[in-house]
Amino acid sequence: MKTTAQTTSRPARRQRRPRTMLPLLYGLLLLAGCSGGSPSALNPAGTGAARVSGLWWLLFWISMAVFAEVMALLAWALVFRRGAARVRHGQPLRFVTIAGAGLPFIILVAVYGVGLRDLAALGAGPGRDAVTVEVTGHKWWWEVRYAGASGATANEIHIPVGERVRVRLRTDDVLHSFWVPQLMPKTDLIAGETRETWLEARRDGSYRGQCAEYCGTQHAHMAFLVVAEPRADFDAWLARLDAPARAPRTEAERGGQQTFVQGTCAACHTVRGTGAQGQVGPDLSNVGSRWSIGAGAVPNDAGHLGGWIANSQTVKPGNAMPPQPVDAARLPDLIAYLRSLG
Amino acid sequence: MSTTTSTAPGVGRDDLARLAEHWAEPRSLRAWLTTVDHKKIGRRYLVTAAFFFVLAGLSALVMRTQLARPESGVVSPQEYNQLFTMHGTAMIFLFATPMLFGFGNFLVPLMIGSRDMAFPRLNAFGYWVFLFAGLFMWASLPFGAAPNNGWFAYAPLNQVQHNPGLHMDVYALGLLFLGISTTAGAINFIVTALKLRAPGMSLNRVPLFVWAIVATAFMVVFALPALNADNAMLFFDRRFGTHFFDPSGGGNVLLWQHLFWIFGHPDVYIIVLPALGIVSAVLPAFTRRGVVAYSLIVLSIVAIAIISFGVWVHHMFATGLPQLSYSFFSAASTVITIPSGIQIFAWLATMLLGRLVLRVPLLFVIGFVVTFVLGGVTGAMFAVTAFDQQVTDSYFVVAHFHYVLIGGAVFPMLAGIYYWLPKITGRMYHEGLGRWAFWLAFTGMHVTFFPMHLTGLFGMPRRVYTYRSEPGWDGWSLVSTVGSYLLALGLLLVLVGVVHAVRRGRPAPADPWEGDSLEWSTASPPEPYNFPVIPRVHSLHPTWDARTVESTTTGATADRVLSEGRRTLFTSELDARTERAVEMPEPSFKPLVLAGALLVFFTAMLLAAYPIAVLAVLVVAATIAAWLWPSRRPDEELGLAS
Repeated sequence: MKTTAQTTSRPARRQRRPRTMLPLLYGLLLLAGCSGGSPSALNPAGTGAARVSGLWWLLFWISMAVFAEVMALLAWALVFRRGAARVRHGQPLRFVTIAGAGLPFIILVAVYGVGLRDLAALGAGPGRDAVTVEVTGHKWWWEVRYAGASGATANEIHIPVGERVRVRLRTDDVLHSFWVPQLMPKTDLIAGETRETWLEARRDGSYRGQCAEYCGTQHAHMAFLVVAEPRADFDAWLARLDAPARAPRTEAERGGQQTFVQGTCAACHTVRGTGAQGQVGPDLSNVGSRWSIGAGAVPNDAGHLGGWIANSQTVKPGNAMPPQPVDAARLPDLIAYLRSLG
Repeated sequence: MSTTTSTAPGVGRDDLARLAEHWAEPRSLRAWLTTVDHKKIGRRYLVTAAFFFVLAGLSALVMRTQLARPESGVVSPQEYNQLFTMHGTAMIFLFATPMLFGFGNFLVPLMIGSRDMAFPRLNAFGYWVFLFAGLFMWASLPFGAAPNNGWFAYAPLNQVQHNPGLHMDVYALGLLFLGISTTAGAINFIVTALKLRAPGMSLNRVPLFVWAIVATAFMVVFALPALNADNAMLFFDRRFGTHFFDPSGGGNVLLWQHLFWIFGHPDVYIIVLPALGIVSAVLPAFTRRGVVAYSLIVLSIVAIAIISFGVWVHHMFATGLPQLSYSFFSAASTVITIPSGIQIFAWLATMLLGRLVLRVPLLFVIGFVVTFVLGGVTGAMFAVTAFDQQVTDSYFVVAHFHYVLIGGAVFPMLAGIYYWLPKITGRMYHEGLGRWAFWLAFTGMHVTFFPMHLTGLFGMPRRVYTYRSEPGWDGWSLVSTVGSYLLALGLLLVLVGVVHAVRRGRPAPADPWEGDSLEWSTASPPEPYNFPVIPRVHSLHPTWDARTVESTTTGATADRVLSEGRRTLFTSELDARTERAVEMPEPSFKPLVLAGALLVFFTAMLLAAYPIAVLAVLVVAATIAAWLWPSRRPDEELGLAS
């Protein structure tokens, strides 16, 4: 693996220097590639996923037993009945009913009971005063808002560790499905309706989620990240979500902001505290601190950001952002400005 | 072509000559276009479905090549989405069902001792419609206008504002068009199996394969209207501005899913049941005994056919429906595994008691048991709602249903192809080639699809044209791709084996396997009239039964030769008592004309050329009128004296 980023399971702690989070987060994702961890349902980090993981191992061992039984009978037939001296007549109905119906029935009733128990557990939502995230699916990105907060972000959900967080799901267009294998099974986003699920991370870290319901051209690139962090960090992050975006500090950043606000960017994107109040695309007020560009399409670094602005259609064909005729001389400033946000 | 069967005592040379004359079909283009012979139609179904299978398989190979590595660019996302949609749609609608209809068409009349299907012209019509509808759908691919919404075509992505262009119009119209063929075929199977069984073949002596086909046909008749309604509404939404599935206009997007899966879940069994029937048909020849627990298997076939209508919501366990409904559909989905279990253990018992003859068809049956049981246990897992919510729409599902469909349908079909090839072509296949094909296909199948269980559990969603290099995804995806080439190679060898048999195979005797059902008492390939003497059935295994053999060779009576015309025998539905002889139709252009007019109609609708569509409707109406115009002698002339 190519990463040089330091490894930690706590990627999102230090809010004071948000830029350092980036390589950290992305590095974590890449590194998890080596450790065999990342988005696996068999490596649960949340209460819901842990329950399903337990259910899986129960189902796995029962299935293995059934499979072994059938294979043993088949092997017996192949070894001892191949070219056998004589055919045995008779109708072993008792064998067929007991092995084919009776035993499976008993096993299945037991599994059904366990399954209902786990279904009820997954259905037990959080309390009334829980943190509520409002997630809206778009082709092909996730809009993330918090009940009681005015700011918005995209493709990245922060939650406090050890708390059951309500997730309210809507879609702006077609069906999508909200899936964080390590935290919680899927819930579909149904056009015209609202659905709810919840997330509870047992340990801090960042967990990859992805749209699981086919939603058109770029279904493949509709990932998101759930960042679970201690309550204090979460509160700080949430407070910043309501504040105006960080003001430009350098000359380049100021130039970039001017390009952003006066150019076509502002028609679709919002940066809080500026004249850019577009509603079509993701809110970019904290874009510099996000883990990726284009809902997991490419890493969030200067090169990819520039490429995305110039022509995102080569990165994620079919997405809603047309190629931008940004003056080549102004592009570095624009990149610097966007990188400073967050 | 075969030599004529030796004249049996009791069947005069005159009788045979008259039979040959009445049922003759000269070799000419005209005969080729007008034939109503169920054997030719069955062969055409098999060949055409195999052709569509190759196209759908090539689509899959392109997809697997694209997915071999993360972020590769073999195809664009738009192309990939069309490929996976056409792969699924074609495999389900243009390959699996028609292939089994092909087996059914060829075999049902032979297995029940009839001279043709109940409605031979309807049968020919069904084939032409299938061919035209399949070409109609595949023709959209080179234009970049192929369906692109998955074979399930969920709303509202199927609506014109989210999916402009002809893609989903092709889907809706293509499936409506194809549905005509499937419905016609299903009704034909039901009537054929109920009315044309040989005297003495009471319901408890009907071959299991025929039971499976009849149960399937009933399922088609009840399930398909839901799909047709869905697609008609979709077309109206897209073309004429209705709002059935458009929530912004008051429509409901889940309505699409409910209707789709009310059809779609039974459809899984529509595909699997006849394939299980093939297993029951093949086993006796290679275990040298009848299948154990005949009536339990019949019961389980009927149970599957009924319960399959009560499980559709298990495709919607992540849509947030009320938990109470989940617990009901979870229970039904759990229970449906039991009838399948009964069949598996009945076959195991058959093998444990019989004398195994390990030829290629039996190899494929064993491959089927191994694979289908694995697909079955993961299927039972999906019935557990909480687990389903984790793995649905992930690669785990892809693994599961390919185990069920390749293990449970394709392997039995391949067993059936090797088993009946001598009957269909009159030639024996090459055993060595067949064994290579089996081992490659079996290994390839597992190498391709087993790792998908893992990538699914590792969080890889399905229907993605590319993926980032997440842990466990890229390595196992590459393994899957390698496996898919092995599988393709094995299937290619099956094709080579069939071509080799047709070209070079040694002539097949009437009954190379000592099979137990009536098709083995005909010549290989069968005469156009199938049976010189319509047999009398005394047991479940008529060709192993001296009384039936005697009745067809020596004890022929006038009522079962029926050489006075193009006739076959009507019997009663339950106990198959002789009722009367019926006149069967001559070859006719009308089925082709009618199917052609429908093709014009659907193409005109697709291209919004409505005046032409109206003209086509007029031609359809005129053809149907001509078809139904009474022209035959009254039936009572054909009543039997006795």
